[in-house]
Amino acid sequence: METLLQQIVNGLVVGSVYALVALGYTMVYGILGLINFAHGEVVMIGALTALQTLLILMGVAPEMAPLLKLAIAVLVAMPVCMLLGFLMERLAYRRLRGAPRLAPLITAIGMSFLLQTLAMIIWGRNYHTFPQLISTAPMQPIPGVFVTPVQVAIVIVSALVMAGLILLVTKTRLGRAMRATAENHRVAALMGVDTNAIIALTFVIGAGLAAVAGVMFASNYGIAHYAMGFMPGLKAFTAAVLGGIGNLGGAMLGGIVLGLVEAIGAGYIETMTFGFLNSSYQDIFAFVILGIVLIFRPTGLLGERVSDRA
Amino acid sequence: MKKTGIAIAIMGLGFGLMSQGVSAADTVVKLGHVGPLTGSISHLGKDNENGALLAIEEYNAKGVTIGGKKIKFEIMGEDDQADPRAGTTVAQRLVDAEVVGVVGHLNSGTTIPASRIYHQAGIPMISPSATNPKLTQQNYAGVFRTIANDVQQGGAIGKFATGTLGAKNIAIIDDRTAYGQGLADEVEKSAKATGGKIVAREFTNDKATDFMAILTKIKAQNPDVIFFGGMDAQGGPMLRQLKQLGINAKFITGDGACSGEMLKLAGDALSGNAYCTQAGLPLDKMPGGKDFKERYKKRFNLDVQIYAPYAYDAAAAMIEAMKVADSTVPAKYLPALKAINFQGVTGNVSFDAKGDIKEGAITVYQYKDGGWNPVP
Repeated sequence: METLLQQIVNGLVVGSVYALVALGYTMVYGILGLINFAHGEVVMIGALTALQTLLILMGVAPEMAPLLKLAIAVLVAMPVCMLLGFLMERLAYRRLRGAPRLAPLITAIGMSFLLQTLAMIIWGRNYHTFPQLISTAPMQPIPGVFVTPVQVAIVIVSALVMAGLILLVTKTRLGRAMRATAENHRVAALMGVDTNAIIALTFVIGAGLAAVAGVMFASNYGIAHYAMGFMPGLKAFTAAVLGGIGNLGGAMLGGIVLGLVEAIGAGYIETMTFGFLNSSYQDIFAFVILGIVLIFRPTGLLGERVSDRA
Repeated sequence: MKKTGIAIAIMGLGFGLMSQGVSAADTVVKLGHVGPLTGSISHLGKDNENGALLAIEEYNAKGVTIGGKKIKFEIMGEDDQADPRAGTTVAQRLVDAEVVGVVGHLNSGTTIPASRIYHQAGIPMISPSATNPKLTQQNYAGVFRTIANDVQQGGAIGKFATGTLGAKNIAIIDDRTAYGQGLADEVEKSAKATGGKIVAREFTNDKATDFMAILTKIKAQNPDVIFFGGMDAQGGPMLRQLKQLGINAKFITGDGACSGEMLKLAGDALSGNAYCTQAGLPLDKMPGGKDFKERYKKRFNLDVQIYAPYAYDAAAAMIEAMKVADSTVPAKYLPALKAINFQGVTGNVSFDAKGDIKEGAITVYQYKDGGWNPVP
């Protein structure tokens, strides 16, 4: 029983990070129909910028409260990533807006390589230790189930950020403009929406979320590296598809479900298949679930509300 | 063969004229080096390349004359991304560039498929770090390694776990690479043979950072010892997650995670419960280790990660063999390489009939006072 509960905790933590990153994919897809494969690299740039800030802060003001340091690091990483998101859209994707779908897709993959190589030049090849400013000392809320404060923080922060985003999209004028642009660029423009600004803003918001996800990821595992964005990016993309790409709620649900499926899959696949399959198939397990969902619901778990995507 | 020799000489002349301060009479001889220079273990790849580079630079500085000509060695460094497919592509590139020998690759998974390409082209290769036994079981004449193989290493780990640590229940994790899996299999064999019980055999991959799910599963089996076959990039976070899950079992890992980087990555999760093994002797206990450490630091302003001394000896072995054979032609110096016997940085370098290093020692280390210390 403790083992199952522990696996659920593991899954929730990983799933929260996936969900936050998946939002970036799904928002851009909702508005442009573009899969921004460079989004995972924005996560990485966020983590490494925060790391750089922390290292500087530790040099300048070593006695500052750890949580304040982390907050400053996040507040530096977010604008940097937002600027990056803005530049990506302005310099690379906007020029290709009328082009056939493959062109922006290939550009996105190219952008991913570019950012990774750039980060490798700036931060080097070595793994960096990310200071774990939120404690990782395990607590036992239920005997036998271990939870660390950083894990709790991850789940809470992503829930808050996601709630904020939902409010932004559903309740504000800006959100209405975003939904209108997602539905139809031209009509939205005719109604007086500055669609270029809205699209740029979508990239900026997505990149800001990615920065938060990057810092959370690095704080949890205690490492940062120029290639760290690739796998979470791929998983988050899978989560977005699982939930129904283009749908905000779907990205969150998809992230959590994927996290849980991975953890429970890795933990129980051997028992479930009577020893026939083992944990080396844990990734396959996640993709099998994705396949099954897509067979019965081709638009993903929450994908039916196509008109409501934003 | 003669024609290529002339071609190399002419090409060498060209390079010689271009590069700074080299007299036009020097003949340039190219050695290949392959390791991952991008990706999650690129720090280890660069470490190897630096080791080989240091060797040829020192030989160049001393001056080597072969066949009456003054030779200038150059390294042609390639990146295999730790990927078996990329490994064979760059291997072919080195063959096409007519290198006379190859130091590399780093991973067993890339070295084994690449070795076939070098074998067909008749180019000798020495891996400084591929420890999977299969590499030298293929009976390729030109394949060598300067590091002890995993039969020796895995055997030592299994015995250490059941003997010295007195473990009954052992959990094993590997990263599904030829290296990690190969080593884990040897550990399993040896642990079983010495009275241990394998309570869990779990798997991850060489790009993962989250191991909570498999560790939670292992925790339920309550093992005395957890062995991980893989690299430091995974080993560090894994150790942190063990602590987060409140697992107190002893943790042993092989040479791939027995690095300085591992100490940084695992951070405060390290305790006296962490062990690792290293083929050969500790850097400080290698006959030429202390001196090598200083020379390396001076040249690259970096600390030695793991395998640089083995890459150094691999490059040195090739050059020594060329000196003995008085030829840089692969077919001519290969017999000399098979019979080579000289004092390298890591110890005495000589190969057995299969190409494995003779007297490959294994050292077990324990974490203590901020570093890996050899277990007496």
